[in-house]
Amino acid sequence: MTEIPLMPVEQYERLQLRSDEAVKDLWDLLDAVKDPEVPALSLWDLGVLRDIKRNGKQIVVTITPTYSGCPAMNAMAEDITQALNDAGFSDVEIKTSLAPAWSSEWMTQEGRRKLRNYGIAPPEDAELDEDGLTPDAHALCPHCSSRNTRRISEFGSTACKALFQCNDCNEPFDYFKKI
Amino acid sequence: MSEAIKAATLEYTTRLGDDSVVLGHRISEWISYGPFLEEDIAYGNVSLDYIGRARMFYTYAAELANDGRDEDDFAYMRNDREYRNLLLMEMPKGDFAYSQVRQLFADVYYTYLLPELLKSKDETLSAIAAKAIKETKYHLRRSRDWVLRLGDGTEESHKRTQKAVDALWGYTHELFDMDETEQLLADAGIGVDVSRLRDAWLAKVTEILTEATLTLPTEEWAVRGGRIGYHTENLGHMLTEMQIVHRSFPGCKW
Repeated sequence: MTEIPLMPVEQYERLQLRSDEAVKDLWDLLDAVKDPEVPALSLWDLGVLRDIKRNGKQIVVTITPTYSGCPAMNAMAEDITQALNDAGFSDVEIKTSLAPAWSSEWMTQEGRRKLRNYGIAPPEDAELDEDGLTPDAHALCPHCSSRNTRRISEFGSTACKALFQCNDCNEPFDYFKKI
Repeated sequence: MSEAIKAATLEYTTRLGDDSVVLGHRISEWISYGPFLEEDIAYGNVSLDYIGRARMFYTYAAELANDGRDEDDFAYMRNDREYRNLLLMEMPKGDFAYSQVRQLFADVYYTYLLPELLKSKDETLSAIAAKAIKETKYHLRRSRDWVLRLGDGTEESHKRTQKAVDALWGYTHELFDMDETEQLLADAGIGVDVSRLRDAWLAKVTEILTEATLTLPTEEWAVRGGRIGYHTENLGHMLTEMQIVHRSFPGCKW
């Protein structure tokens, strides 16, 4: 029997927010704002962009940090403000929301595909170990699709990634951790 | 929120922020000195996690204080006597074994502290805990692996790791002390009663040290005072380095 892929609840809820006519144009506008560390992903794809509200002339954008110490958060807030300013919205407020905590489940399907094309294995391309952490092998290689891979380092070039190497094509690659 | 609870929450949040920023800074001192590249990057990541936590705690503390200070004022404009961190966090980086043993003690502590803080009636403290729990799982896996590898390694690595355990042990007792402020918040369902975490912490640490062929210290000595601002000489030196740019160039931006 063919399995029907279901969209995670988190993503369904996010799509609902986007469909609000009052702010639909703003969501589309902010699709141009990319993650400064992983420019293949928009902030929407990453799941950091949580909500947009119009408050008279003011635009209030809510973002949620991926990791506590992610140094890219400030850059993201500045990029959002800049994009809105450029489009003629001068009064912009960026709110940071801590709860609920960001989860890699929030990443869009499109974002996962973009990540893989960019050379980063998305969260679902590895089976977590019994502790619910990044496994020491078998993340899917984004270059040659082999499962014959091993973890080189738990902590990669940014807080959200671990470093793997493929035993078949020998290429190292980043794995976007599932949290 | 009553005034007494609010004042206690401010003090408590500042303490948690101080623990995080001091440990985060200490770990960052390893950057470019790690034994190999991946380990160097790992230290950088763990350090960032702690500094990120500190930012969240200080931002909330500034909101509670509501006196015009921001997160940077909490981190950069207070002297050592005003810091309220646990002494364990401020001990110097020492050798690699020393830092990893300290990290193990801290990681096990947060493994038990954070799930309790998650239950806090204070929504912000609970939200910060929710983020930090996931990070601490990774931290503990790393420090545990290293302590096992070094303790059960060569004669030299075993000797150094045991020396680190013995040297740091006396600073772990303070982790489970309660005072009036923390008791008030624990009773109100806001803070964590850390005295209740001791048994679980000791059991876990004993298990890991035993597996690493290390010996649990039996010597009874304890140093306390971080929560009332009585620090070892190490903190002042660390803050000097951490704060000098901010104090020399007030309001400077990159």
